Amino acid sequence: METLLNDFSPGLFVMQSVILLILILLMRKFAWKPILNALQEREEGIESAINMAEEARKEIAELKSANENLLKEARAERDNIVKDAKETANRMVEDAKANAKIEAEKVMAGARHAIEVEKAAAISELKLHVASLSIEIAEKIVRTELASDDKQKALASKLAEDINLN
Amino acid sequence: MKKIKQNFGLLLGFICLIFSTYSFANTEVKHAAKHDATHEEKGPVNTPEKINAYIKHHLQDAHSFVLYTDGATGKHIGFDLPVILLDNGLHVFSAAKFHHGEAVAESKGSFYKLHHGKIYKTNKEGHLRMHGEHPLNYKPLDLSITKSVLGMLLTGLLMVLFFGGLAKSYKRGPIPTGLGRALEPLVIYVRDEIARPNIGEKKHKKFMPYLLTVFFFIWILNLLGLTPLGFNVTGNIAVTLCLALFTFIIVQFSANKEYWGHIFWMPGVPVPMKIILAPIEVLGMLTKPFSLTIRLFANITAGHFVLMSLIALMITMKVAFGPVASTGMSLLLSTFIMLIELLVAFLQAFIFTMLSSLFIGMAVVEHDHH
Repeated sequence: METLLNDFSPGLFVMQSVILLILILLMRKFAWKPILNALQEREEGIESAINMAEEARKEIAELKSANENLLKEARAERDNIVKDAKETANRMVEDAKANAKIEAEKVMAGARHAIEVEKAAAISELKLHVASLSIEIAEKIVRTELASDDKQKALASKLAEDINLN
Repeated sequence: MKKIKQNFGLLLGFICLIFSTYSFANTEVKHAAKHDATHEEKGPVNTPEKINAYIKHHLQDAHSFVLYTDGATGKHIGFDLPVILLDNGLHVFSAAKFHHGEAVAESKGSFYKLHHGKIYKTNKEGHLRMHGEHPLNYKPLDLSITKSVLGMLLTGLLMVLFFGGLAKSYKRGPIPTGLGRALEPLVIYVRDEIARPNIGEKKHKKFMPYLLTVFFFIWILNLLGLTPLGFNVTGNIAVTLCLALFTFIIVQFSANKEYWGHIFWMPGVPVPMKIILAPIEVLGMLTKPFSLTIRLFANITAGHFVLMSLIALMITMKVAFGPVASTGMSLLLSTFIMLIELLVAFLQAFIFTMLSSLFIGMAVVEHDHH
């Protein structure tokens, strides 16, 4: 310990302090700051480059999936359009058919009506004809019946008989 | 958390090993110094005493940069560093004036002598009043550009060049080129493995300049100590104390209310316990920088000591095993220790920074519970 204390040189201590202090300040300004800053910049650059690459990768993946979705949608739309067209065509045919049916029925109904009317006219004419004929026949019969007195009497009695019987 | 525990286990092992060798080494050094204090180190370094003195000399700071000493002539190959003393004014002169402790240096009418790496104020004849092995003479504040200061300046220069270059390279593009490419992972390591987990995502940024500076400063200095240039900066208690005090000051100044609350008035315990706990917590606050100081100092000093001792095996074992076997043994062992020291150089820088950030983290953490 005595040797140690004797070996201790205050002058060297002072010189060392001065040199170390100057060295720290010098190195900080001209070496460590620029070096550490450059290192940090480089590390940040590398990190951001990696991040950017990752983002680009993600974007590409997103774009791909978006494209696929678009394609799917387009396909679905096409299918829809085709389906719609088919439906429309079918409906049109159906409509046409229904219309034709209705028209035909209308025509038929008209015809039937006309026939009925004609028939009714014919029947009424026939009725008139028959009525006039019947009147003529009845006139002729009555004329013959009422030609003699006997016959008038017979008839009157007969009628009376009928009334009595009733 | 598991990782930290592992590190602590490893550290504990190292500390045990190192303290045992260090205390052993220290007694040896003292013993040797008594023998060797009087006469100058001339001639080849070939006895255990001289080797110990040589190692001790190396572990100390020096005022000249000696790469090689010719043992026969006592001639040093290297260069002298400027001496700056604060003693009734500024004294600036070259350490050549000391002649490696052999001569008295004169500056502005004052006389100074170098004794075991320290400068003492003396009279004209250079007389030192000795007390045991230490002189009692006045020691002026020594602001010299010593070997350690030179090492720190060199490290600072290297750091500014290396990391300034790295900072500039980001202006050319996001990925650095050349040396920066090797340095960048280290900066990221300190940020992601040391600062972030200990201080937290939000607050670590403020402390990054300090932690990074300290980490690389200690590491480079430790590595510099392993080169044949012979620096031993982080094995200098003044240096490690300064580093630890920086951490201490930063911790105290960035501490929030809860940190102080936990020290002086521990929440969630009865009042008598609060009173007992306060001094313990204050002590704990003060032991943290102390442990930082001693850990780094002891590890590096011991590393240098062990490495030099193993190199010295070549000489001390020559008689017993012959030159070839002793050299081979020394080479093998010192290579092994060198590799361990390379690891320790990093480990100690890591642990110092890690513990600093841990202490800072403890001071700035926001508790949700209680």
